[in-house]
Amino acid sequence: MSTPLDDLFVKVRSENRAALIAYIPAGFPTIEGCKKVIQAFVEGGVDAIEIGFPYSDPVMDGPTIQAAADQSLSQGTNAADVFAALKVATDSGVPAVVMTYWNPIEKYGVEKFAQSIAANGGSGVITPDLTIEESTGWKSAVEKNEINPIYVVAPSTSAQRLPQVTSRCGGFVYAASLMGVTGTRAAVSSGAPDLVARIRETTELPVAVGLGVSTREQAKGVAGYADGVIVGSAFIKAMQDAPNEAEGLKSVKELAQQLSLGVREGR
Amino acid sequence: MTTLDEIAGHFGQYGGRFVPEALIGALEELDAARIKAQTDPTFIAELAELHRTYTGRPSILTEAKRFAEHAGGAQILLKREDLNHTGSHKINNVLGQALLTKRMGKKRIIAETGAGQHGVASATAAALMGLECVVYMGEEDTKRQALNVARMKLLGAEVIPVTSGSRTLKDAINEAMRDWVTNVETTHYMLGTVAGPHPFPSMVRDFHKIIGEESREQVLALTGKLPTAVLACVGGGSNAIGIFHRFISDPEVRLIGLEAAGDGVETGRHAATITGGTPGVLHGNRTYVLQDENGQTIESHSISAGLDYPGVGPEHAYLHDIGRAEYRAITDAQAMHAFALLCKTEGIIPAIETAHALAGALQIGNELGPDAILLINLSGRGDKDVHTAAQYFGIPL
Repeated sequence: MSTPLDDLFVKVRSENRAALIAYIPAGFPTIEGCKKVIQAFVEGGVDAIEIGFPYSDPVMDGPTIQAAADQSLSQGTNAADVFAALKVATDSGVPAVVMTYWNPIEKYGVEKFAQSIAANGGSGVITPDLTIEESTGWKSAVEKNEINPIYVVAPSTSAQRLPQVTSRCGGFVYAASLMGVTGTRAAVSSGAPDLVARIRETTELPVAVGLGVSTREQAKGVAGYADGVIVGSAFIKAMQDAPNEAEGLKSVKELAQQLSLGVREGR
Repeated sequence: MTTLDEIAGHFGQYGGRFVPEALIGALEELDAARIKAQTDPTFIAELAELHRTYTGRPSILTEAKRFAEHAGGAQILLKREDLNHTGSHKINNVLGQALLTKRMGKKRIIAETGAGQHGVASATAAALMGLECVVYMGEEDTKRQALNVARMKLLGAEVIPVTSGSRTLKDAINEAMRDWVTNVETTHYMLGTVAGPHPFPSMVRDFHKIIGEESREQVLALTGKLPTAVLACVGGGSNAIGIFHRFISDPEVRLIGLEAAGDGVETGRHAATITGGTPGVLHGNRTYVLQDENGQTIESHSISAGLDYPGVGPEHAYLHDIGRAEYRAITDAQAMHAFALLCKTEGIIPAIETAHALAGALQIGNELGPDAILLINLSGRGDKDVHTAAQYFGIPL
């Protein structure tokens, strides 16, 4: 069985373009405000949405997402809020996944978490700190619930290890474009095309690139060699830098429109 | 000697690796380097020579007779890690890791620190071996431990105050991990306790197990017997695992870890992870964690910055579950009572961390009486805590 995310990549491949994947943590800027951001994503034309499960110790995230997670957690965001946000996205017809560090999944219950993703129309889960060695229980939970397990690979992932990780992936392979944490950067790492090429030697799965993409030009560049372009911190900054929520939502929608042009210009 | 289930870096269900994929290569490189070093006569000789001529090993055993009068008359033996260079057990680990850093061809080390003891030790090892050193320290802790911040700077390290999260040790570890993900090619993360992803819990233990090896011989030489119980304070748990490890295969010896109960475990303001936490994943390993129902880490509280951590080494979690070691919680007030008592009865100012183990000795001694022999890891000296203690006891500064 294919997930809506699988179907999306079939579609964008037939259109000879990349997919735009937008990230927002549940509960940011507020629990209700997050739902409006999701709406702005949809109106701005994003192809898929990643709902972040905010976590107290986000070691893969830079200052922008850390601040967003803190703001969300200070309002008491919990698993139910994450699934509610996921449902807002999937109800609007856009494929959506959850991105979370491992401990909230383990605390919620591994099997139950996968079930709740599926029950809310979610296509899968991105797990940035779950190594394949620790993923046995998760593997059977995602298979049983027919959702995509999305693992992150890095430029430092060895040739020997790369196929071991990509063979565990479903939906797409998340390629971290550089060695570092999330955040906007002046340029997308020059190592990214190399990593994508290495991934393609190991799998037929689509490859999406994250870390450091914030502009239409950067999206266009990444779309030249990847199947998906993941943008997170730039949307959060758009909300943080705006004088009020309405202005922030407007900037988010405009940025989504620009990036969505970018992913169509790469080839 | 591996007496525990350590397959693939696990201790039962605990330990393992929960880290970004970007770090796997470095962890594998480190694991290979430390395994090779363990049987390399050159490495072993180099480290032993450093311990003899720089650390000041073997550290002595001191019998605390006047203190023992308050501990049910039990024989109290203090393993004096406070007399090591830099004033705590932390030097054992950093010298080992600094030698490994050089072998891996890396020129820069990063470290996290809570009380500042591990930061000072790391800065010391870096100075000795000509490595660049950056220490991450919670902003809150830089204020509590200003003296140690100055020491690190004098030793040539850069100290970066961490302003995210609770601004204590756990956030310093987060920030060090972020630095490591970014700079892993040139940088070794000199983790200071027996936590973190594999191989850190095993490697750091192996650098500290000399404490138990020496003291087992010393206790036997002095008393002709093994100790009734071995006691140590537990934050992350490095000094405790160091003194416990050689005794794990002596089933008649009780192993007792003393956690920080802060204001009392029942108040929620504590750092007693095994006593008051639940299994979860934090900082790259599965262990006991102070966490809420959503898996978010709960901030810990303790008068002792070095024990103020919401996780604990995975080997301790395992030793607890299989019943080989016991863990008790000691409040701030109990620890400070024992702190003052050791100062006045023995002329030794202990670290406040260590005072938790001493408070445990008062309890256990009174439970077991005069026939008991208690070996206590005096893990650090209290110079860094004079300010905190003076405030606590109302001594004007």
